[in-house]
Amino acid sequence: MLLLVLKRILLGFITLFIVSLITFSGVEVLPGDACTTYLEREAYGAALEACYERLGLNTPAHERYISWAAGVLQGDFGYSLSGEMRINDVLGPRVKNSMVLASASILIGIPIALLLGIITALWRDKLPDIIISTITIFSMTIPEFISATLLILIVAIWLEWLPGIVIVPTGASISELLPNIILPVIAISMIMTAHMARMVRSSVIQVMASDYVQMAILKGVPYWTMVFKHVLPNALLPAINVVALTIAWLLGGVVVTEVVFNYPGLGRLVIESISNRDLPVVQALAIILASIYVSINLIADLMTLMLNPRLKSLQIKK
Amino acid sequence: MTLEKEQKKNNLQKVFEVIKTMASKPSGLIGLSILLFHVILAITSPLYVPYDYKAIDPSLMLQAPSSEYWFGTDSLGRDVFTRTILGGRTALTVTFFGSLIALLWGGALGIFCGLVGGKIDDVVMRIIDAFLSIPWILAMLLIVSLLGTTTLVLIPALGFFYGKGIVRVARAATHDVIAKDFIVSARARGHSNLSIIWNEILPNVRDAIMVEGAMRWSWMLLGFSSLSFLGFGVSPPTPDWGLMISNARGLMSFAYWAVLAPIFGLSSLIIGINLTADAFAKALGIDRSTKAPV
Repeated sequence: MLLLVLKRILLGFITLFIVSLITFSGVEVLPGDACTTYLEREAYGAALEACYERLGLNTPAHERYISWAAGVLQGDFGYSLSGEMRINDVLGPRVKNSMVLASASILIGIPIALLLGIITALWRDKLPDIIISTITIFSMTIPEFISATLLILIVAIWLEWLPGIVIVPTGASISELLPNIILPVIAISMIMTAHMARMVRSSVIQVMASDYVQMAILKGVPYWTMVFKHVLPNALLPAINVVALTIAWLLGGVVVTEVVFNYPGLGRLVIESISNRDLPVVQALAIILASIYVSINLIADLMTLMLNPRLKSLQIKK
Repeated sequence: MTLEKEQKKNNLQKVFEVIKTMASKPSGLIGLSILLFHVILAITSPLYVPYDYKAIDPSLMLQAPSSEYWFGTDSLGRDVFTRTILGGRTALTVTFFGSLIALLWGGALGIFCGLVGGKIDDVVMRIIDAFLSIPWILAMLLIVSLLGTTTLVLIPALGFFYGKGIVRVARAATHDVIAKDFIVSARARGHSNLSIIWNEILPNVRDAIMVEGAMRWSWMLLGFSSLSFLGFGVSPPTPDWGLMISNARGLMSFAYWAVLAPIFGLSSLIIGINLTADAFAKALGIDRSTKAPV
């Protein structure tokens, strides 16, 4: 068991190591580097040399990778290109803002998703299921920027209930952020909830058809006792992994949603740094987002492992 | 000769049967009709658009919908109806060829890994995992911003990025059949690896890979239009839904029609492809309801 956990963590680190290699060599291989994009047309002769010197780009690639990776391991991402600021100072408030947005969406989204998934599964192919399933299919297929734009149009512009665009500084405190994040949270949790509800639904349906549930029905176990004692624990277990993958997949969608609402989080920083060709910041973002993805998956794996007695003595099938 | 002809006829019959099964349920029928409508529109729309999609006329700025301009005009005085019915052409072309590329390289690598196994398989899967953990949007934005936003960059970039999920599916499907008797006996007969892949494995994993490819198509469309929306997709004045939405968004408190028309176009196409892919999966007997969108 302990060995299995350690192996999982090691695999996570290997994945992150490969990610760092990919992003580093990707930036290396693609045409243009930090200096040519920074200096643009003046990128020749002495100015270019001086820039290479200043950023240390004249050393071989593998040496730069090692010193960069060493910095990252100590939590230091180096300096950004445009503002010559420490990347850590740029990232700090952004990470916090995005965390507020993400945790609010998850806290609201997961309970609703569970509820909807269970309702649709228990009343399968009846009216509640048909209505809810249709809505979930719509909200999970429509792109984030469309549902966000429609939300602004309807709630903020036509009904004038809430502000449509977030106008808070990057360093705002959580109490300043909260009233502004209602619409972004609705936009993000709508899609997330739809995905999860669908998975919970099919998971519950699968368990309902299993032998032990049929057995419980035949034994005369009351319906709701059966649902809570026999069905749900078994149905929610496989859903954990899928939910984790969904959350991780949504990282991409959060970027778009933040841009639509002008929310000062990591997502907008992605767009800003790429527009400014601030490659050091892009590299840092890639590592951070990949670590979030890897850790969410790791946590899900460990939770499944802990909750499932059968897996405790078994190797997980990859 | 006759045998081959018969085989071809059988294949054609199978295709018809799958389409018939798909259309037998209302959701599949709706999906197929929406998709067909969009494809026909994309192919024929240049023949009958009422106005020039790039003709800028300041005197016609932000006109409300009327009998002359069915969906009104945008902030540059261009006809929104014209731009909306042309708006799916680039998206459909790019994502169709993109998914084709994704299907081919993802399927090939997946089958190869599933068949070879061992160290090579381990290494490749680790790299695929690493690619999966980089958010698609960050990678796409980086590639596009450094290489340019032409279709020649977008198609292979999208094709590459959405193919990694197919690798996993193809590999898993190959694992499922690899231990079956017919493969063992093909090996015993002395068939080469290539012949085994072509004659034994491919017919058995084809369905799973094609369903995955159909699903990728709708996600790729979502990704492509997100890129356009963020200003990293096709460049103006090309009519494109994502771009139109992002341009008209600032003025939507006044000119909501310029936003709603492309929103309707894009949403209906994505829903159409999704319903079609779902019906396709069901017609081939593949359950994808428990899969995560990775």
